[in-house]
Amino acid sequence: MKQKPNKIVLELMINGEKREVVVTQDKTLLSTLRDELYLTGAKPGCYNGDCGACTVLMDNKPMKSCLMLSIEAAKFSITTIEGLKDAPIQQAFIEEFAFQCGYCTPGFIMNCHGLCLAKPEATEEEIQKWLSSNICRCTSYEEIEKAVKKTLALYQKGEQR
Amino acid sequence: MSFQYFYSQAIEEATARYAKEQQKQNRPFYYAGGTEILTLRRLNIIYPKAVIDIKHIPACNIYKLHEDYLVLGSALSLTEIEEKNFFPLLSDVSTEIADHTARNKITFGGNICGQIFYREAILPLLLTDSLLVFAKDQHLRTELIHDVFDEQLLLQEGELFIQAFVEKKYLAAPYVTIKKRKQWTVGYPLLTIAALKIDSRIRVAISGLCAFPFRSTSLEEVLNQPNQTREEKIAAALKTIAFSILDDVEGSSEYRLFVLQNLLDEVLEQLEEK
Repeated sequence: MKQKPNKIVLELMINGEKREVVVTQDKTLLSTLRDELYLTGAKPGCYNGDCGACTVLMDNKPMKSCLMLSIEAAKFSITTIEGLKDAPIQQAFIEEFAFQCGYCTPGFIMNCHGLCLAKPEATEEEIQKWLSSNICRCTSYEEIEKAVKKTLALYQKGEQR
Repeated sequence: MSFQYFYSQAIEEATARYAKEQQKQNRPFYYAGGTEILTLRRLNIIYPKAVIDIKHIPACNIYKLHEDYLVLGSALSLTEIEEKNFFPLLSDVSTEIADHTARNKITFGGNICGQIFYREAILPLLLTDSLLVFAKDQHLRTELIHDVFDEQLLLQEGELFIQAFVEKKYLAAPYVTIKKRKQWTVGYPLLTIAALKIDSRIRVAISGLCAFPFRSTSLEEVLNQPNQTREEKIAAALKTIAFSILDDVEGSSEYRLFVLQNLLDEVLEQLEEK
């Protein structure tokens, strides 16, 4: 028996713009971002919620887009790496050489950006707790830590853009 | 094969939808955080044809002190539980589950009802003799956790876990919780222990030793024996474990018992004098 197409029209608020997509009800946000909207910044890694390469912000809270259905995302304001546009954390990643191959970088940056917004006074423990959500196979962890601390210092001084 | 997604705003709407999809042999699942459902489906371990989103049901999102109890809705995210923090033992156990970003999505109820065997969020509920509320069709039932938990939550087909009630007297009781991983502070768990002292007695619940979390009254009995050294208590406690010990790539059964021995020592060190 032929299965019904099971599709739905969704309006997603992504990087400040309303975007309409037609997707199957089981399609993850990661797939919709990449395959339907060509926002390829969020990277597919483990598809299992382990690596964090697909991290985006939902109402400024980090979420793994491989573990979220597109249909669930319709209620949120979604920010992907494409929507950051020269955020202080991006500049800090460049200055601190906080990447090597760069595959994990969008996920790390989104998580770090979420941390800076939510907890500009983040403690060492909170930084560790948040950043343990992402994996860098090139092991740029020390440089990433420097970049996030440098950015947090800007937020603490009120010098972020 | 794709699945259909159903959004529900009320308990009866969710349970009725479940019954309907079950009747159509659509293998429905209640969906809250959905992290485990999406993962196991991708691995072809489960094959849902319908998921029923319950995380917008108000009763499943409650977090409040009510009369003698703290009431916790099953759809609260683990991050919400950590941030609200009325029950520090549960917060501390939750904060060690998965990772920070994942905990923004993983729910309290989802962790407890999941198939992945660690299910650490159940440990504080086992220690506090909590009451659990379930819904099916038009009916609610409230049960003592020990009557509905045996290796896993004993849910009837189509039953939805709504809330847990924890008596206030436990919220400020002295406690210890320790999670050991194979390496460092991240990665998959090896063993989690949660312990609490109430009415001068230590209670202990464990995840990661066997293929299910458990609380053992016989283990507690020997740990609370007066006039014995700590070493004697721990040796006797290990002998009470009648379940098969996990033996896998994360840790051999001998190693898990060795880690448990050290964890029990730490629990006694911290709670004996309190």
